[in-house]
Amino acid sequence: MREITFAQATLEAMEEEMTRDERVFVMGEDIARQGGIFGQFKGLPQKFGLDRVKDTPISETAIVGAGVGAALGGMRPVVDMHFADFMGVAMDELFNQMAKIHFMFGGQRPVPVVVRAPDGLTNQAAAQHSQSIEAWFLHIPGLKVVIPSNPADAKGLLKSAIRDDNPVIYFEHKRLFPVKGPVPDGEVLVPIGKAAVTKPGKDITIVSYSYTMRVVMDAVSILEKDGIDPEVIDLRTISPIDKDTILNSVAKTRKLAIAHEAVKQGGVGAEIAAIVAEEGLDYLDAPVLRFGAPFTPVPFARTLEAAYRVKAEDIYSGIRALF
Amino acid sequence: MVGWDEELLCRFYRTMVTIRFFEQTVEKHFLAGEIPGFVHLYIGEEAIATGVCANLTTDDYIASTHRGHGHSIAKGADVSRMMAEIFGRKTGYCKGKGGSMHIADFSVGMLGANGVVGGSLPLATGAALAAKMLRQKRVAVAFFGDGASNRGTFHESANLASVWKLPVIFLCENNQYASTTPYRSSTSVEDIADRARGYGMPGVIVDGNDVFAVYEAAKAAVERARGGGGPSLVEAKTYRIKGHFVGDPELYRSKEEVQEIFAKTDPISRFERQVSSEGSLSREKLDSIKLEVQELIDKALAFAKESPEPDPSELFSDVYA
Repeated sequence: MREITFAQATLEAMEEEMTRDERVFVMGEDIARQGGIFGQFKGLPQKFGLDRVKDTPISETAIVGAGVGAALGGMRPVVDMHFADFMGVAMDELFNQMAKIHFMFGGQRPVPVVVRAPDGLTNQAAAQHSQSIEAWFLHIPGLKVVIPSNPADAKGLLKSAIRDDNPVIYFEHKRLFPVKGPVPDGEVLVPIGKAAVTKPGKDITIVSYSYTMRVVMDAVSILEKDGIDPEVIDLRTISPIDKDTILNSVAKTRKLAIAHEAVKQGGVGAEIAAIVAEEGLDYLDAPVLRFGAPFTPVPFARTLEAAYRVKAEDIYSGIRALF
Repeated sequence: MVGWDEELLCRFYRTMVTIRFFEQTVEKHFLAGEIPGFVHLYIGEEAIATGVCANLTTDDYIASTHRGHGHSIAKGADVSRMMAEIFGRKTGYCKGKGGSMHIADFSVGMLGANGVVGGSLPLATGAALAAKMLRQKRVAVAFFGDGASNRGTFHESANLASVWKLPVIFLCENNQYASTTPYRSSTSVEDIADRARGYGMPGVIVDGNDVFAVYEAAKAAVERARGGGGPSLVEAKTYRIKGHFVGDPELYRSKEEVQEIFAKTDPISRFERQVSSEGSLSREKLDSIKLEVQELIDKALAFAKESPEPDPSELFSDVYA
């Protein structure tokens, strides 16, 4: 299988979907002439023209709001948020308009919008360019939220998101864009709402997603040397959460750890811990472990950012203590 | 009025009276405790929705405000399904999931009333973008109030629409009050139409209580948009006769002020005076339209009251498409 970068995988998804369906277009800041700050849109204007790959003013409210309006008018927009942090500027459009229109108007019209939101820590970008805010959107009915960890899923989930009739928030970790991985030739579609068991195992279930999956796999390789055999689940979609895959795994391994880059408080890990406490408490032989960032804004200095980041050693030693 | 087509005059009158009677009925039944939630009335502003929408076809789009009954009626929505929605019934436009603030009828291009001030602006802009990309001759109208003109959505949408020359009309209903805050203490300019200059589009002021003037101003803006000329801002000056919502104690103004202004500005009596003084429409014709509308509203009320409430299982439908 060929190896391509995560950015290239998303580009292929866009190209294939824009070729397949003329109603698909993309708009955002610096995407056309510059190709996106992570190169994730490079070459699209040459293929599809500036009418379907639209540079916008710096106007997140108008970009998301007009995306919703365009969807109501029969298009299938993909809107780029530049940095996930800037979704804060367009929250009314994201959670009062996009998420509610289908329900509040009695299902009269779907709202097929994809919001691409580059998130996560990279390059000491500090408090307003580094956040992982996926948990906000887990709390809003009407939205779907996907968050790939590798190029194949990046491609498959983006294609599924574009074809979905619901609004989908597509988080893409900035540090993953240059990462290479195998992507199958031909059609790649990853179903929304289905987690992947990345590594089968029997001793503990580790649930993670996005860049932190790589951190988890580093921790797993050390755990294996100690004779501990974890099962690893890549969530891929965080809303709707694939409860069955998690509960089935915990029923087998009887232990659970959750790891993500976002702050631990009120995070996706809290939701998963609560689901297992409600629906699978009897499976558990040990307290649930949660690994996430401390409850503080993302700092700038190298030493502070390193202290903020969830590390493989933390995950290793936390899990090791259970055995 | 001399020179106006009789059919159009009848349409103006029928639409304005339908909005008025519909709203009076809603107000009465809200005060009687039969309608839940919030109700924001459009009484006294009927000429605006009527004059604007008379220039549109069902293919064109409008996006509305929380004061949206008039816009829905003028765009051609069915009053029975509207009334049922306001009563929270299964037969309503949104199956009882939206209520007064969220009536929508996509089949006539009514993209929904919006509970958020300024919510209509980027939505209409996006619908206009879709129309342009799909090479349709459709236009979109964003209705919004004077209060919404201070929100970022107005400024961002106006700029984007102008840069992309989108077929959208920003139709400001300046009714002098943003919720309870008077215009003069919340807005930096004498006329909202002035703000158009900052976004490179025409800004027009029109008497919002004169259906003829509104019709003409909207016509010019719609023709410009349809012809590829881009967006316009039309400011229709009017006055909010009712409170912000039904039940508003209105501590910010006197009853005398309201009555005095309404006596002068009521767009329906004004229309009646205009057409009868010139003999364009006979008294009998006007009365027969009123009777016909009253019958329609009575039917709508009966339909709403007889309709069942939604089954609790409906809670989980339409969350996702």
